[in-house]
Amino acid sequence: MAILSKEEAKQILEKALSFSRADQCEVNLDGNNSGNIRYARNTISTSGMRSNIELVVQSNFGKKSGVATINELDDESLAKVVKRSEEIARLSPENPEFMGVLGPQTYANSKTYFDATANINPDFRAKVAADSIQPAKSKDITAAGFFNDSAGFSAMLNSKGLFAYERQTSMEFTVTMRSSDGTGSGWSTRDYNDVSKFDSAMASQIAIDKCLQSRTPKAIEPGKYTVILEPAASIGLLQNMLFNMDARSADEGRSFLSKKGGGTKLGEKMFDERVTIYSDPLNAEVPASTWAGDGQALKKMNWVENGVVKNMFYSRYWAEQKGVAPVPGPSNGIMMGGDASLEDLIKDTQKGVLVTRTWYIRTVDPQTLLYTGLTRDGTFYIENGQLKHPVKNFRFNESPIIMLNNLEALGKPQRINGNLVPPMKVRDFTFTSLSDAI
Amino acid sequence: MKRRDFLHVAGLGAGALALPIPIMGAPIDPEELLNPGISVAAKKELADAALNTARSAGASYADVRIGRYLNQYVITRENKVQNVVNTESFGAGIRVIVNGTWGFASTNEVNQESIVAATQQAAAIAKANSKYQDDPVKLAPVKSQGEVSWKTPIQKNAFEIPISEKVELLLEANAKAMENGANFMNNFLFLVNEQKYFASMDNSYIDQDIHRIWSTFTATAIDPDSGKFQSRQGLGGPMGMGYEWMDGKAEDKIAGPAGTGLNLYKNSYDIVEDAIAGAKQAKSMLKAKSVEAGKYSLVLEPNHLGLTIHESVGHPLELDRVLGYEANYAGTSFATLDKWKTKSFKYGSPIVNLVADKTQENSLGQVGYDDEGVPTKRWYLVKDGILVNYQAIRDQAHIIGEDESHGCCYSQSWNDVQFQRMPNVSLEPGKEPLSVDDLVKDVEKGIYIAGRGSYSIDQQRYNFQFGGTVFYEIKDGKIVGQLRDVAYQSNTQEFWNSCSKICDESDYRLFGSFFDGKGQPSQISSVSHGSSTTRFDDVNVINTARKI
Repeated sequence: MAILSKEEAKQILEKALSFSRADQCEVNLDGNNSGNIRYARNTISTSGMRSNIELVVQSNFGKKSGVATINELDDESLAKVVKRSEEIARLSPENPEFMGVLGPQTYANSKTYFDATANINPDFRAKVAADSIQPAKSKDITAAGFFNDSAGFSAMLNSKGLFAYERQTSMEFTVTMRSSDGTGSGWSTRDYNDVSKFDSAMASQIAIDKCLQSRTPKAIEPGKYTVILEPAASIGLLQNMLFNMDARSADEGRSFLSKKGGGTKLGEKMFDERVTIYSDPLNAEVPASTWAGDGQALKKMNWVENGVVKNMFYSRYWAEQKGVAPVPGPSNGIMMGGDASLEDLIKDTQKGVLVTRTWYIRTVDPQTLLYTGLTRDGTFYIENGQLKHPVKNFRFNESPIIMLNNLEALGKPQRINGNLVPPMKVRDFTFTSLSDAI
Repeated sequence: MKRRDFLHVAGLGAGALALPIPIMGAPIDPEELLNPGISVAAKKELADAALNTARSAGASYADVRIGRYLNQYVITRENKVQNVVNTESFGAGIRVIVNGTWGFASTNEVNQESIVAATQQAAAIAKANSKYQDDPVKLAPVKSQGEVSWKTPIQKNAFEIPISEKVELLLEANAKAMENGANFMNNFLFLVNEQKYFASMDNSYIDQDIHRIWSTFTATAIDPDSGKFQSRQGLGGPMGMGYEWMDGKAEDKIAGPAGTGLNLYKNSYDIVEDAIAGAKQAKSMLKAKSVEAGKYSLVLEPNHLGLTIHESVGHPLELDRVLGYEANYAGTSFATLDKWKTKSFKYGSPIVNLVADKTQENSLGQVGYDDEGVPTKRWYLVKDGILVNYQAIRDQAHIIGEDESHGCCYSQSWNDVQFQRMPNVSLEPGKEPLSVDDLVKDVEKGIYIAGRGSYSIDQQRYNFQFGGTVFYEIKDGKIVGQLRDVAYQSNTQEFWNSCSKICDESDYRLFGSFFDGKGQPSQISSVSHGSSTTRFDDVNVINTARKI
């Protein structure tokens, strides 16, 4: 499937809309090509290509709504899918929370598409794997990794004249390096919109170094420790917190942002004053979509500023109920930090634990945002500003609210999974048991 | 976070896409779900075109899957229907081996030209990768099946039940729960139908029609004075059944231990009754005693224990994990080949028998043939406490000295490559007659846990932590009251060796999950785990309450 241009996409959407007989109609078109390669045991295991295009038609009669989609784009199919969505709308019960479609919006242009990523071929992917496997083999290490690239477009048009279009590319790479004796494991990840920033050998070397350093870890007692969390160690907790900043849940009394006796914690200081978290689709390092699936514009938005809860997200329905402007959810997450490198943070630490990444994070208590999970692929004891020795992995039970109150220092933010997160030093992080896993 | 991931999780975006969980597929109208699609003869013709193309491209093996995947969701909260969505996804995936290397490609255009092009693309990928391949694929043989078909033995096709009937049932459950103390109610009905056609160079042409169903709720109670809230999920799991699962027949109900007032569900689910109980229990949990951390005997109900079996037995005994193929994502396994080869590795106590089974009736994993054309079967993983086998597919069987696949290969769609997935893994019931009340009677200090809760386990499946849906304190052989803030932490081998009693077959039932995740790109799979209520001793329980 070709990535359709703005004009090509608009033409198809206009054609579809021309068949509509509903009170309101909104049409979305998404197409995507992706390729992947997977390797393990120092050899390539599975690899494939996926391609799909989808036209989504939403028709409304009053507050009755129906949706149908199709993946053929000839005139007959377009007429059929519009008619089908209208039939479902007539059969559906009214949804009192249904909001009409939006009128025209203005969107900024975010740079999310790069030809280099869109042009990746099977030979490129095979070389990514080879550049990772070869250096591992030479050190008696076993490599397992995954590279996935994707190029696509999204467009929408509705009966009130709203039109939006964007193209996006992305790539993600993860690699795990394990020592042949099974006593050490290291990991690293990279993700970009522009693949020309990516170097498989360099990313793999970080995992190899972690693997070699992490061999034969010693057990230390679980308990409360000062920790240095690399971005991959804190991102899971931060994302989970951000996902839970929905205004409706807070107003309904079932959120960490709900207040005793009613109301929400909007405007209250909940975290250390150095904590500022925002989203910005125009950030050059983590470019993201500038419009949401319902056509709302996505702009820079502060969620936490100097430790104070500044915004929650409001669906259009809930915003109307509360008499406020809707706030769409974030398209990325950016946490401000400082200039210190990870090495600087380690150097300034008397006693502590360095955590490369965390894994299998699950909610324990939604009220306090208590999460459990484990450290993985490189956990080290720090003494007098140096990595003293690797330690066995821990299970943690901790809340990002407590974590962001116990901040000691922040480093320079790095890209992780489409977000920017600084390495952070945190006191009294709660490890509750030891794991033998390597 | 990725925009689309977020929109899915947060339930934002266009109404059409505002599903609570990521799914693939495209909404269509209800009547079209019953349309059988293209004929078996037409599928065979297309499949043969792919197989011939693969041969010409030098493939030593190829298989084709032409799939039509249907879902239906009915989603409600309190007295409102939030969404009714029908989705359909149709396409073909072709897998080849060229130069001893796998290649895969798929197309959403099911015609001869596109299928031939996808086959050529799969072969080109295999050739590009074979330059770096030094461990050529070895497939265990499989008998030609000829032209065969299989269907989930359902009584009522859930897709044929009118939407109004489903909406009425869900809204009734919500209304009854609100009358009984819930401040908020969310529930949904989720139906799956996989219409899968498989053909391979082994001269197998297999047509299958697979059905699954899931309905559950979350009842939430709020205490505005303290600012606290508690939720209770439904206790009926997903099943490999038709709409008969929603019949809620009296003979399918099993009472929980005396003093709990719980009703639990075997072969049909009474969602209205469970919603009423759920509302009451969510409310009473607000005032329940916070658990004192320490060692307890745990009495685990099957709809809870199933998840523990899944994480601590199902996953570590997947052979691809053991071998390192999942090292970069889900992880590896403590249950290494060395331990298995000793034939004396004590996975559990002698009463522990864990069995893998792709043929079990009403289960989510039940199919006639797996996604590489192998007839399904049942086999032991742990026998009398000893580790005896793994889960293996065609390209792995030779590694454990077997000459046939176990028949547990699966792909979530036509668009993804198939690989080894967990079959149903179940704990066999105790051989001696033993009821739940008999089991509780001997417990001095314990906790009875029903339903699934929070779950987390390390990447080699040693250390785990599980919560639950409802908890009851046991003192001197009696249930004395509800508890909250409970989670237990243990080590897999220690835990299964602390298994001291298992109720008999009359208490046996299935837990299930629609969302077992594995692989890169990540795929989901549905799986059931059967057990009877089981006791484990001296397990470490922590208190999860925190002040923020």
